[in-house]
Amino acid sequence: MNNKKARAFFMIPYLTWIILFVILPILLILWYSLTDSNNHFTLNNFVTFFRNGTFLRMMLNSFWYAFLITLVTLLVSYPAAYFLTKVKNQQIWLLLIILPTWINLLLKAYAFIGILGNNGLVNKFLQLFGIGPVNILFTDFAFMFVATYIEIPFMILPIYNAIKEINPAVIQASEDLGASKWQTFRYVLWPLSWPGVESGIQAIFIPSLSLFMLTRLIGGNRVITLGTAIEEYFMTTMNWNMGATIGVVLIVLMIIVMLVTGRRQKRKKVNL
Amino acid sequence: MRKNSIFARVYLSFILVILYIPIFYLIYFSFSSGKNMNKFGQFTLSHYQDLFQDNRLLAIFLETILLALLSSLIATIVGTFGALAITMVKKKAQKNTLLALNNVLMVSPDVIIGASFLIFFTALGFGLNFGSVLLSHIAFSIPIVVLMVLPRLNEMDFSLIDAARDLGASGYQVFSNVMIPTMLPGIAAGMFMALTYSLDDFAVTFFVTGNGFSTLSVEIYSRARQGIDLEINALSTVMFLFVLVLVIIYYFLTKRRVKKGKRMIGGLIK
Amino acid sequence: MKKIIWSTISILLACILLGYGAVKLNKPTTQTKRQNLIIYNWGDYLDPKLIKEFENKTGYHVVYETFDSNEAMYTKIKQGGTAYDLTIPSEYMVSKMKKANLVEPIDTKKISNFKYIDSNFLHQSFDPDNKYSIPYFWGTLGIVYNDKFVKKGSITNWNDLWKKQYHNKILLVDSARDIMGMSLASMGYSMNTTNSLRLHLAQTKLDGLGDNIKAIISDEMKMYMTQNEAAIGVTWSGEAHEMMENNSHLYYVVPNPSSNLWIDNFVIPKTAKNKKAAYEFINFMLEPKNAARNAEYVGYATPNWAAKKLLPKKVQNNKGFYPPDSTIKGLQVYRDLGSKVTQEYNDLFLEFKMYAH
Repeated sequence: MNNKKARAFFMIPYLTWIILFVILPILLILWYSLTDSNNHFTLNNFVTFFRNGTFLRMMLNSFWYAFLITLVTLLVSYPAAYFLTKVKNQQIWLLLIILPTWINLLLKAYAFIGILGNNGLVNKFLQLFGIGPVNILFTDFAFMFVATYIEIPFMILPIYNAIKEINPAVIQASEDLGASKWQTFRYVLWPLSWPGVESGIQAIFIPSLSLFMLTRLIGGNRVITLGTAIEEYFMTTMNWNMGATIGVVLIVLMIIVMLVTGRRQKRKKVNL
Repeated sequence: MRKNSIFARVYLSFILVILYIPIFYLIYFSFSSGKNMNKFGQFTLSHYQDLFQDNRLLAIFLETILLALLSSLIATIVGTFGALAITMVKKKAQKNTLLALNNVLMVSPDVIIGASFLIFFTALGFGLNFGSVLLSHIAFSIPIVVLMVLPRLNEMDFSLIDAARDLGASGYQVFSNVMIPTMLPGIAAGMFMALTYSLDDFAVTFFVTGNGFSTLSVEIYSRARQGIDLEINALSTVMFLFVLVLVIIYYFLTKRRVKKGKRMIGGLIK
Repeated sequence: MKKIIWSTISILLACILLGYGAVKLNKPTTQTKRQNLIIYNWGDYLDPKLIKEFENKTGYHVVYETFDSNEAMYTKIKQGGTAYDLTIPSEYMVSKMKKANLVEPIDTKKISNFKYIDSNFLHQSFDPDNKYSIPYFWGTLGIVYNDKFVKKGSITNWNDLWKKQYHNKILLVDSARDIMGMSLASMGYSMNTTNSLRLHLAQTKLDGLGDNIKAIISDEMKMYMTQNEAAIGVTWSGEAHEMMENNSHLYYVVPNPSSNLWIDNFVIPKTAKNKKAAYEFINFMLEPKNAARNAEYVGYATPNWAAKKLLPKKVQNNKGFYPPDSTIKGLQVYRDLGSKVTQEYNDLFLEFKMYAH
């Protein structure tokens, strides 16, 4: 009756969206990866991808960087999130941490061009200690640092929320039972805060795989990720078929990662 | 415990300093008369003058906000409908399929979204301009709205609906008096997230823009590649103040509304 | 429900206001409905004052849009949905666009100032009868270096870049054709090589340059070279010109044994909606006085002989920018190599970038 009509009314715009912007793009990208520039069916793109060591290496590279970025971010953010639950005026601290994420990402990257340069803030600081200008911009370190910088708030928040939800009595109990700090962390805090850590990791790992503007502005194109490659194939060399192939491989990898973690995703990260 | 707290504050302050250094660095040099961010020249406001005379940049600024508002509004409507539709689906398998499809865009890297939308628009012969960017922004904002509204609907007490029905309320009345109020916090959060997504997006826009339409991110990217221009610094200062004011307003608005230890901002971002 | 409707309405109102503001800002001058001329050009490649003058003189409204590579421009035009009236591709892209049927023929008889173009730059292989293209600027690929870090005169040959002493000092322009071409030229091969073996050799040689490379970037190079951030840059003459204006320590050389001569050209793409305005604009820009001013602003070499005469003597006699005819003869113009070979250049370059650690 009424309910059915209502359902159709709600369903139609939503289904239109799913068909147009979810299913169709996937099919199109798949189609491009399976054809050559003359629209003939071919598996050559995939053969090239897996035969040619370059792409495999690029893939490993991306994963390695994404892994490192996620790991470093986690190491920095976990204590921060933990301490956040302990201080007074938590809402204000939180606000202060979220605020920078609302400044356009590009602006922050742009600031780092100035900060890391030969005459930038960091080198001026080092000169105080008599250390001559050090090359920082265009190094792996610079790339990693800026990427981590951008991701930190997105890791702190979910972990903070998870720790906040833990009943303090549980921690108290653990301590009363004579567990050392480490034991409390290892067997109580960490497992209980794991959902937060997990959503943080998901929010950071995926976008990190495909960073392309940081690799260019901060990494000086010496770090090439899958994202850079896709961008180059689409925008510069116009080999959409190969670009789509890399995209398809990336999508398949994501699916595998998701199946392995076996849980539903919670949120995408806001940035790149 | 005391000692711990001091250490905690030191560590957090350290993180905050790191987070804010780039922003203040930009702001500091926006007042410098020099041409680059190496040395502070003399104090000047000339970059602000340039900024407010730069019609292109101001227009882009307005268009970026327009894009964000419009796309998040439409995404919120479609997303809310989607959430309602999903709750109304009774078969488990269908529901899960819908949810899985909904999440595809959430977990895809932006580059892939951008590239596939570019292919999509090209295949349809759709021009690259404000329209294509708007459609893309709507498209990638819808799933987050669905995810924000859905839990509210799942928590909803269906006996309320039945009660309303028994009292003779029409379908529309049930919808506006029972369902909307329940969903409202989710809708607001979803719209807020959609707004942030849109304002912050670079990669997708980069792929699907054209014909002179540009958002702030894309414009800053192309300007940054041409070299440091302190006008951009002035722009950052203005934006920072803008965001600061918004955050302060938001803080006081929510502070009034917070009840029973409900998470506020933290809850939004999770 | 009321709340929702009201907030929706207020958001829509805000949108209308914003849209109105943006439109107002985009077309601030006269309110009359004017015809648009949409120019699609490289970033910072035209004196904005000349655009203003053209607008005042003819009443057209000029929309100026930029791209940062020939390929990006090609993609956007081929993709359709754009309405560019005029664009400025490099020579190999002209022939590529010609082959893809993306350009309109230009009737040079209708352009009275066409006679000022130096015949050195006409009738090139990419457009033998200048049926589709009119030279806009030309230049070379070369090396710019900073005498604070590099002894003056010590770089004359491409192979000098491979010296160990330049460890982590070199910036390369992010362009497959140019950097592969540089490597090919350094070995004495043609910069239009299609021989796969030679291309792989060129890539291997580039890999050997890896340790000397600081970054592979595009427009940003200007900023970094000007700020003494790097010692050596491989870039185009006009870019070098601009750097040198802002930093007196910089020098530009066209290295031996050979380098690239490129010509950027006016072209009317198939997407054009206002050809008449495009013709008028080309003619306006070829006016010697305007061409000279534009050349001074942009810093590239003008193919307009009458305009060249109007430039300061210092510029005219600068061998880096206006090399003697003998040098020009030894330079190579890129040809369109077809998609397969071009792809090979791109793939090898991408591979090189990946290993350039």
